[in-house]
Amino acid sequence: MARYILINSFRGLLTIIFVSVVVFALARLTGDPMDVLAPTDMSDEDQDALRALWGLDRPLLDQYVIFVESAVRGDFGPSYLYRSETAADVILDRLPASLYLGIVATILTIVVGVPLGILSAAKRGTIYDAIGRGFALFGQSVPEFWLGIILIWVVAVQIGPIPTSGMGTWQSYILPSIVISIFGIAALLRLFRSAMLETLGTEYIKLARLKGLSEWRVVCKHALKPAAIAPLTFFGQLAVRMITGATVVEIVFSWPGVGLLAFEAANARDFPIVQALALFVATCVVVMNLMIDIAYAYIDPRVRLGEGTAA
Amino acid sequence: MTVPDITRQPGHAGAAPRQGLWQARFGRRRRLDRVPWIPIAIIVLLLLLPAILADLITVHDPLRGVLRDRLTPPMWVDGGSWTYPLGTDKQGRDILTRIIYGARISLAVSTITIFFGLLIGSILGLLAGYFGGWIDWIVSWLIDTFFSLPGVLLALVIVAAIGPSFATIVVILSVTIWAPFARQVRGETLSVRETDFVARAQVAGSRPLRILARHVLPNVANTLIVMATLQVGVVIINESSLSFIGAGIPRPNPSWGVMVADGRDLMLVAWWISFFPGLAILLVVLSFNLTGDWLRDFLDPKLRQRQ
Repeated sequence: MARYILINSFRGLLTIIFVSVVVFALARLTGDPMDVLAPTDMSDEDQDALRALWGLDRPLLDQYVIFVESAVRGDFGPSYLYRSETAADVILDRLPASLYLGIVATILTIVVGVPLGILSAAKRGTIYDAIGRGFALFGQSVPEFWLGIILIWVVAVQIGPIPTSGMGTWQSYILPSIVISIFGIAALLRLFRSAMLETLGTEYIKLARLKGLSEWRVVCKHALKPAAIAPLTFFGQLAVRMITGATVVEIVFSWPGVGLLAFEAANARDFPIVQALALFVATCVVVMNLMIDIAYAYIDPRVRLGEGTAA
Repeated sequence: MTVPDITRQPGHAGAAPRQGLWQARFGRRRRLDRVPWIPIAIIVLLLLLPAILADLITVHDPLRGVLRDRLTPPMWVDGGSWTYPLGTDKQGRDILTRIIYGARISLAVSTITIFFGLLIGSILGLLAGYFGGWIDWIVSWLIDTFFSLPGVLLALVIVAAIGPSFATIVVILSVTIWAPFARQVRGETLSVRETDFVARAQVAGSRPLRILARHVLPNVANTLIVMATLQVGVVIINESSLSFIGAGIPRPNPSWGVMVADGRDLMLVAWWISFFPGLAILLVVLSFNLTGDWLRDFLDPKLRQRQ
């Protein structure tokens, strides 16, 4: 088991290093950040001084070393856009906004997606199933940015002034969390439905029914437990998405989270923030995958005992 | 010495005598009445035909509008006219014309992207699943790594670097789309490798590449067809999302995502600018998803349980 975790950690570390190199190289491709950042009346000497401060006058390899050092220190160097702060500070400032929205959206996803999936499977072929499947199909097919705009429009026209942009009272969470969760609900619904259908077809469910248990008990106690393991991987992806912010939705709702920050930083060529964000996202994914792998290993001894090709 | 004809082993995709996949499938109790005709019709009418015939069926210029007619509402709303069935945007360009030309962009982007995804994904997936060992280790690692890349952020950075263009967006989408294909093909190959007909081919002395091409690939082909269909929707959504935030197809080209962005600040004045292009995305993606789901059931009922 320790060996299994070690190997997977090593893989994850390689992934993070790979992402850091890719992002670093791409960022340098964008050209001189001075073109965007420096005021037009800035003297050449001042520009050179700034370049020297940020290390942009050094060879690429040196710049990469500086970047790695700053990453190890944990501050990711001074932000170009927000001069007085380090990239890490800027990101930490914006993180709560994404996190709060992510938590609300996750709760919404689970509270709506799981029961709908169970209902859809338990009442297969009925109107409930049709509604559930229709909803899943819609959620998978609708472009988020468009849904957001349409919702803002409908609310503004029909209900009047509730906040549709920016972060404020609890009401400002309603629309963005609906838009973020719609895809997750659809995916979770599908996953739960098919996992439930699979377990409902097994012998021990037949036995439970033969014992004369109520359908409610059969579905909720005997079928739900094994089915709940299947969407584990999905929960990992969901969590990552919630933490790292949904750029497109945050842009539509002017939500001041890390997703919007990514948009601003990339456009402003703020290398330190872009690099830090990319590493942050990659690390979240890697850690989450590792946790899921370990969880599966505990649940499924075949993985743990080294027949691990299934993972 | 005669080499046994492996394609006639039970369970082999090529086992049915030469009558074609389609016929073989229909020959058994599958009927035409479950074919999703409406989604297929939507794909043809909203994506394929407009993309091919855009120049013939439109009368307006997709890029240059008539400023005098700007913000004309759709024809069934007060002030609308037959000249502009779905209204015009703030530069007086006909929305319907732009949606029709936009189909061309969506079709081109998704076709090219899916082609690369299929090609790279199935080659890597086949090699990793069949040979195992260090090849599998590297390919699996690459798949995991590409799944953990922050796609939108990288797209924004790349676009900041070399500017938005058709080629840029196709490259960005292709670079990420191969990973799900590779993951699926690898998994299928792992199980096909254990079958009797592959073992027989190995014993008969077939070279690995021949086994992969003749015996493994036909058996993962169904999965690839289903996945490719479902991924078209993903590609169209991703392309329009990137175009929407300015990291995809550059203005003034009529990508559906760009059109939604154009009307975003005008929703209260002219809702039709954003509404109809987005509706086109929704309908086309919905249709591909429905068709893909049906194909999955049609080609391999076993797969139904998995997704």
